[in-house]
Amino acid sequence: MSSSSAPPDMQPPQMRDGASAGPPIDADRPTGGRLRLVMDRLVTGAVSAVSVAVALLTVSLVVALLVRSLPVLGLQSLAEMITGTVWHPLQGKFGFWPFIVGTLWVTVLAMLLATPACILTAIYLAEYAATGLRAVVRPMIDVLAGIPSVVYGLFGVLVIVPLVRDRLAPAAAEHLSGVPLLAPGKVSTGYCVLAAAVVLALMVTPVIISVAEEVLRGVSPGVREASLSLGATRWETVKHVSFRIAMPGLIAAVVLGFARAFGETMAVLMVAGNVAQLPGSLFDPAYPLPALIANNYGEMMSIPLYDSALMLGALILLVVVLIFNLLAELVLIWARRRSSQ
Amino acid sequence: MSHISVRNLTVAYNGHPALRDVSFDIPDRQVTAIIGPSGCGKTTFLRCLNRLIDVNNSVRVQGQVLIDGEDIFAPRADVMSLRRKMGLLSQKPQVLPMSIFDNVTYGPRLHGVRKRAQLEQIVERCLRMASLWDEVSGRLRAPAAELSVGQQQRLCLARGLAVQPEALLCDEPTASLDPISAQSIEQLFMELKNDYTVVLVTHILRQARRLADYLVFFYMGELVEHGPAQQMLSNPSDPRTRKYLEGVIS
Repeated sequence: MSSSSAPPDMQPPQMRDGASAGPPIDADRPTGGRLRLVMDRLVTGAVSAVSVAVALLTVSLVVALLVRSLPVLGLQSLAEMITGTVWHPLQGKFGFWPFIVGTLWVTVLAMLLATPACILTAIYLAEYAATGLRAVVRPMIDVLAGIPSVVYGLFGVLVIVPLVRDRLAPAAAEHLSGVPLLAPGKVSTGYCVLAAAVVLALMVTPVIISVAEEVLRGVSPGVREASLSLGATRWETVKHVSFRIAMPGLIAAVVLGFARAFGETMAVLMVAGNVAQLPGSLFDPAYPLPALIANNYGEMMSIPLYDSALMLGALILLVVVLIFNLLAELVLIWARRRSSQ
Repeated sequence: MSHISVRNLTVAYNGHPALRDVSFDIPDRQVTAIIGPSGCGKTTFLRCLNRLIDVNNSVRVQGQVLIDGEDIFAPRADVMSLRRKMGLLSQKPQVLPMSIFDNVTYGPRLHGVRKRAQLEQIVERCLRMASLWDEVSGRLRAPAAELSVGQQQRLCLARGLAVQPEALLCDEPTASLDPISAQSIEQLFMELKNDYTVVLVTHILRQARRLADYLVFFYMGELVEHGPAQQMLSNPSDPRTRKYLEGVIS
């Protein structure tokens, strides 16, 4: 499409008089150059200001929680409170250990239950399922992710708690007595570590599946076909090739689920039993940290230092989540390096 | 009878035909170049020969591909051993996410070779055949992804040779390579055709002229003409082939 092939009257005016190499005439020069520059500076400034403000939000959150928990920190040492096992606000005893342990028990068990099932589902959807089936299953999983956590809590109260109380706990008492952690200490009400973990596992399932499937589908078809073309089966290809390439992403998926589970409040609060004691078995009640804060903040605030102690609880929760995020970041860097080898 | 023969092969994606009633024999131990404009069914045809076409689940294949007289699309056909027999070299080098050594031994290990000494032998033999040994012998443990693109393609060739295939299926194997790497791959084909049946899909007519002993011309999913390369290049019988060779259609 060279311009020489166009009829003369279709050509730009400056071509016609042969002045194409000269500068454009002043009248044609666009105006408002200054205004545009000012606008550009304004937008640059606004964008950076907003970004800094968002980053400052995290810092201010930590600072605010720290300031509000100073009163209780002035009376007892942090180490004493974190490792303390007695929670008795009226006597000024704020031991956080049972809550920290309760949170860890519930979250770790939930992840142990959820991760294998989620990864296998993601593998099935990404590598095996026919297009039609995937088109049906995928949206259903996405809907699960959007269900409010209070609904999961209700499901736990109505289905999981009775199941644990009437079936699992009696069965465990009969067959597993003497096994540490698994044998019920006394008659279980069903509101316990196990019920909370099952509910949490259900909640994180859609998050993990969704991310893991996306990651597995991101593995280039070419590499997969290279493996198949050497006579590998589908499973061998998944195991040696897709899995290896997708590993950093799969770790990220699990970490994302973990972060979601760790801070989850409502659903856990509804089924964990909320007794401030160290759980001795899966069938004992637990009192996770988020549930403690949600249940008590705004109540019984006349007790001295109670408010400050809860703020410290929130700070501990925040710091633990930040540490987890940091660890996850390190694991990701390590896994990326390893998967490229 | 020839080793690979195609009988009335018809392939359709979602009901749209990509190949129509293709029948011909691929000569043994020669380079057969498949030429034709893009979208004419060259790659589809190649993917039928090792049944990699199965990966796509909206595809329908009719007709037969006979290898040693057995129909590879028969319900009881052993796809894994078929794919081992038909080595693949794709357009873009696809190295596996592991070391150079593990890339070459990936296939043999799958098929049951376990002994360390034997694996080492295979690696050296195949890397030498792909003329890569001298460049990488000192760093077999390095990730394959660290090699240059040209070296990666030769590694893919070595990896394919490691499972002792009978034929090599090559889908525009030099398309993503620099001229020098492309030349070294072409050189390798000339050496390998003494022992292997090479099926080469290419859109570079000059490459087909340089390498092919036998030519196959596809146009719009149809097998237009096939025959010994010299004869077809100098005296094509179909007007469409002539136009393609003259560069009128491409």
